[in-house]
Amino acid sequence: MTLALIVEQMLNGVQFGLMLFLMSAGLTLVFGVMGLINLAHGSLYMLGAFFCAAGAAWTGNFWLGLVAGTAAAAAAGALIEVSVIRRLYTRDHLDQVLATFALILILSEGTKMVFGPFPLYLNIPAGLSGTVNLGLMPYSLYRLALIGFGLAVAIGLWLLIARTRLGIRIRAGENDREMIGALGVNIRALYTLVFALGAALAGLAGALVGALQSVQVGMGEPVLILAFVVIVIGGIGSIKGAMVGALIVGIIDTMGRFLLPRIFATFLEASQASGLGAALASMLIYVVMALVLILRPKGLFPAHA
Amino acid sequence: MRLRQTLVASVAAMTLGAGAVSADPVTVGLITTLSGGGAGIGADIRDGFQLALTLSGSDAIRLVVEDDGQRPEQAVQIADRMIQSERAEILTGIIFSNLAMAVVPSVVAQDIFYVSANAGPSALAGAGCSPFYFNAAWQNDMLHEASGAYAGANGMTNTFILAPNYPAGTDALTGFKRRYTGTIAGEIYTQLGQTDYAAEIAQIRASGADSVFIFLPGGMGISFMRQYSQSGVDIPVISTAFTVGQDNLPAMGEAALGVINSGQWAPDTDNEANRTFVAAFREAFGRTPSIYASQSYDTANLILSALAVADVGQREAFRDALRAADFTSVRGDFVFGNNQHPIQDVYMRQVVNVDGEITNRTLGLAIEDYQDVFAAQCAME
Repeated sequence: MTLALIVEQMLNGVQFGLMLFLMSAGLTLVFGVMGLINLAHGSLYMLGAFFCAAGAAWTGNFWLGLVAGTAAAAAAGALIEVSVIRRLYTRDHLDQVLATFALILILSEGTKMVFGPFPLYLNIPAGLSGTVNLGLMPYSLYRLALIGFGLAVAIGLWLLIARTRLGIRIRAGENDREMIGALGVNIRALYTLVFALGAALAGLAGALVGALQSVQVGMGEPVLILAFVVIVIGGIGSIKGAMVGALIVGIIDTMGRFLLPRIFATFLEASQASGLGAALASMLIYVVMALVLILRPKGLFPAHA
Repeated sequence: MRLRQTLVASVAAMTLGAGAVSADPVTVGLITTLSGGGAGIGADIRDGFQLALTLSGSDAIRLVVEDDGQRPEQAVQIADRMIQSERAEILTGIIFSNLAMAVVPSVVAQDIFYVSANAGPSALAGAGCSPFYFNAAWQNDMLHEASGAYAGANGMTNTFILAPNYPAGTDALTGFKRRYTGTIAGEIYTQLGQTDYAAEIAQIRASGADSVFIFLPGGMGISFMRQYSQSGVDIPVISTAFTVGQDNLPAMGEAALGVINSGQWAPDTDNEANRTFVAAFREAFGRTPSIYASQSYDTANLILSALAVADVGQREAFRDALRAADFTSVRGDFVFGNNQHPIQDVYMRQVVNVDGEITNRTLGLAIEDYQDVFAAQCAME
């Protein structure tokens, strides 16, 4: 095991974590501001990837596809908020779970009807394909770009929330929604906007990751589960918590998959060690989540501390 | 394209409708995955079967299709309903081995025939074999064994092997190793449904292997090949039709070019029946058929051939008619072994670009007249 391999795996973990951040930022924002559990967040991720693939195929340009995917997810988010979600704010979480679960089924089958049952083709933009030499080892240029993208969005989101009037309203909405309504802020429009923003982030993540993965129906659900783990670890409603939680999950998952089989291989037969290591590695982030829940039940950075 | 599909469907409906009026058509229940990530494979299974019925012009079969949602408990319920309310006497169509294991034993226990168009778990090929269970595709290990035999015979001496951590994944790697003569550079089990393979690709790069064997069906394979092609690792990849089949290739694109993989069939398999099948499938559905479609097409023709000579009500006679396998398979020669699984040739294929379409071209024979290793454990003669 060389230094180069460890550094490469750390980079992989950071890149995976930043993509999880894009996904969980929207989820945690919607939960923090509106108190809504949105299971259909993974479907918005899927829509982003499908519209990016369709847009890229139609225009022949990945970046136009990326814009199309993000815009389509944002539009779908706004539409869903106005037509369905708006009726759920005063209901309890179980009703929200039921309704948004129904949305998953509707969006999945709808996507299959429109785009067909087979996975779509979406390729990495020509300028970002191949590898760059980082000195220690070659590394995929597109994955480096994803790290850059993730960081840029994180900074942009922080500026939006900490430095703009919209951000002030969002933070105020988190703390006391009746009061900012009474102060003359159009709370309905604010909620639609926040939901669409969360949807756009999910769609952006889906479109960016779609170029590295299979663009297929149901691609959002595994990521949704990880995003929930992230926001539970980071503290529900906190963007900072989502960032830290996403990096923790990304790095622990990647390093666990890499290191655990090797540790077991020191005292077990190779295929046994591989099987056992893989099984434990897939549990590792849930073990971490359980530990965080025991030690800090509200997560590492609770929004309403 | 839509119009063509509608036409085919209505022709099929008319054939079936006509059947319902005349003699008594036999109800065949096709349970397959038509929603979620496996929906593409299910569409090929359904369309391949339907195409065989349409082309035959026969009204001997009334086809009932249902979606199992890739959930074992749902598949069990559908099987019960098909047997009890639809009076289905033959079932087929299940893609995934875990669903087959949930459905097949109880179906055959009721003296209902199950003819598998895909899943071939070892438990049903060995000690658990049944007179009412037939497999018209393969036993699960067969294609992986062929890849192992090919790798060893073609100068690969140090192979890195990779599969998801679930029963079919461990079977795949065990199957590969059974006939492989070189050493194993590394062995990784990934999570089922995993979408990011950066950690694994880094280990492949560092392993010093001269080849990589992967079993990553469906979306997992698409993710892996896209990321592998971007990683700068140029160790040749060897696989099976499950990972780089026609269901996945359009989404993989050029990332899959050059991958050598095993299959008992390819779109260019050279026989008259296959040329007819591939042309008719393209005409009807506007896409090139996958290996799954070919297996389902064969399954339908196998059932039709048996119905032509025996009454399904006469269980013993109908079973003999199925065992005779008196039909023209699109893969070429087709014979059942004692466990009612095929004894067949397996070929190596390579992913190539033919006039802009990414598809598989046959390279040559990998193993000839091969019978699965579990047949010896089956008590049937």
